[in-house]
Amino acid sequence: MTTAPSALARRLLDGAGADHEAHVARYGALPGLRLDDLLAAVADSGLTGRGGGGFPAATKVRAVAQGARRPVVVGNGIEGEPLSSKDAVLLNRNPHLVLDGLEVLARALHAKRAILAVGPEIEPGPVTDAARRRPVHLVALAGGFVAGQETALVNGLNGQAPLPRDPFTRVTESGVDDRPTLVLNVETLAQIALVARYGATWFRSAGLPDDPGTSLFTISGSVSRPGVIEAERGARLSDALAPARPVRPAAVLVGGYHGAWVPASDLGARLTRAELAPYSASVGTGILHVLDTETCPLDLSADVMDYLARQSARQCGPCLNGLPRMASDLHRLAVGVRDPDLPNELERMAALVTGRGACAHPDGSARFVASTLRVFRGHVAAHLEGRCPSARSTRARSVAS
Amino acid sequence: MPVRPLHASTERRLVTTRLHIDWTRCDGHGSCVELLPDQLGVDDFGFPVPRSGQRDPVVPRRAEDAARHAVRNCPVMALRMYDAAS
Ligand code: SF4
Ligand code: SF4
Repeated sequence: MTTAPSALARRLLDGAGADHEAHVARYGALPGLRLDDLLAAVADSGLTGRGGGGFPAATKVRAVAQGARRPVVVGNGIEGEPLSSKDAVLLNRNPHLVLDGLEVLARALHAKRAILAVGPEIEPGPVTDAARRRPVHLVALAGGFVAGQETALVNGLNGQAPLPRDPFTRVTESGVDDRPTLVLNVETLAQIALVARYGATWFRSAGLPDDPGTSLFTISGSVSRPGVIEAERGARLSDALAPARPVRPAAVLVGGYHGAWVPASDLGARLTRAELAPYSASVGTGILHVLDTETCPLDLSADVMDYLARQSARQCGPCLNGLPRMASDLHRLAVGVRDPDLPNELERMAALVTGRGACAHPDGSARFVASTLRVFRGHVAAHLEGRCPSARSTRARSVAS
Repeated sequence: MPVRPLHASTERRLVTTRLHIDWTRCDGHGSCVELLPDQLGVDDFGFPVPRSGQRDPVVPRRAEDAARHAVRNCPVMALRMYDAAS
């Protein structure tokens, strides 16, 4: 047994910026690994994707290794989630570690091309300097909430509109230039660069046996020191939040706008699949957004749902129609419309859109709505009685009075 | 227990036929819902809803012909059938 993970870890964020010599001095030379050895190390490390899905990284690598054609390897640095800045911070402080991950994979897979795709949130200077003398194409793409979805990114790189496509044909079979395409989040690539150098046992010296390593977290909301931290996997939510100093927390949105709420009474929960499951939450991209006790959670959630509805790529009927419907019902609830059917109607709509889109946007939006109704049940009941328990709510009280 | 050889019907059960909807194409025309009333319902906005709740609903053998018909009749070619290990 490893000892229970504490909060802070320092693997990814003390990079040397764009200076390659300093980078090699800090981390050592990048080894050239054969595919079998790299795959074995990544599989043994237990590394999971840090871009949201959380699937084993080795499974994805294996999928493109089986293709008949030489694959394309893509680093996903779009970071379209407004509450996330961990990829921007990583690419700013440690661009070479991300490039190392791309390079070690591209060599082992005999890839046709290695591409690092960055969105408008990424500061271009350091990553451009770093990529200059590395065998990686740096591509700047437009952003947006769904632009980082794997198929949207592939479409963007193929010169098409950066919208998600039907996922029937997986990008691991046919993606960039119709080649098998491996898309990995930039943090996942940096972790692979460490596994390639130091091995699986070292990687597992942080985190939990069934969820090893470290992760980056972006902490925002009601905290006195917002920002990006690195913590061991499986840290308690309270420990991960401590460096940011939460102020009067009422709940924490874990995993961003596609995530779910954990009430402040439960901050002892560990950031693991199992302990977050009761809240339908997952670590996802590592977003932790603190809601204070004075803001009306329904007000805030209605605004988030508005944003999500606007971010629909408007391609798929259930998403295009269902998300605005949920946004407007949540607004009605927030402003104090006393229609007792609203919560049921919202739950029905959340279930209805789930699984019925080309990308994960309706599912994630539905998860957020369902979580809001569940965690703020008392608040919902109060609104339906025409009052709002939050000090800073303007809407429910003015409507009700 | 004696090992019984697989016969045809057992073999068939190892593979299920599923219906996939390309949501980026589907415009809620609805002919598939009429052809597959046991598999598909319709939502508030006129788009098909798999009754089973599955993303790609299983097409039982007795509905395979109707499903093939639905695939051919979809005006925007949003449907396809495929076999998957069950
Ligand atoms: S599910 Fe929504 S966001 Fe995703 S591709 Fe379809 S319309 Fe666009
Ligand atoms: S027939 Fe085609 S376009 Fe019409 S509802 Fe069915 S899948 Fe959609």
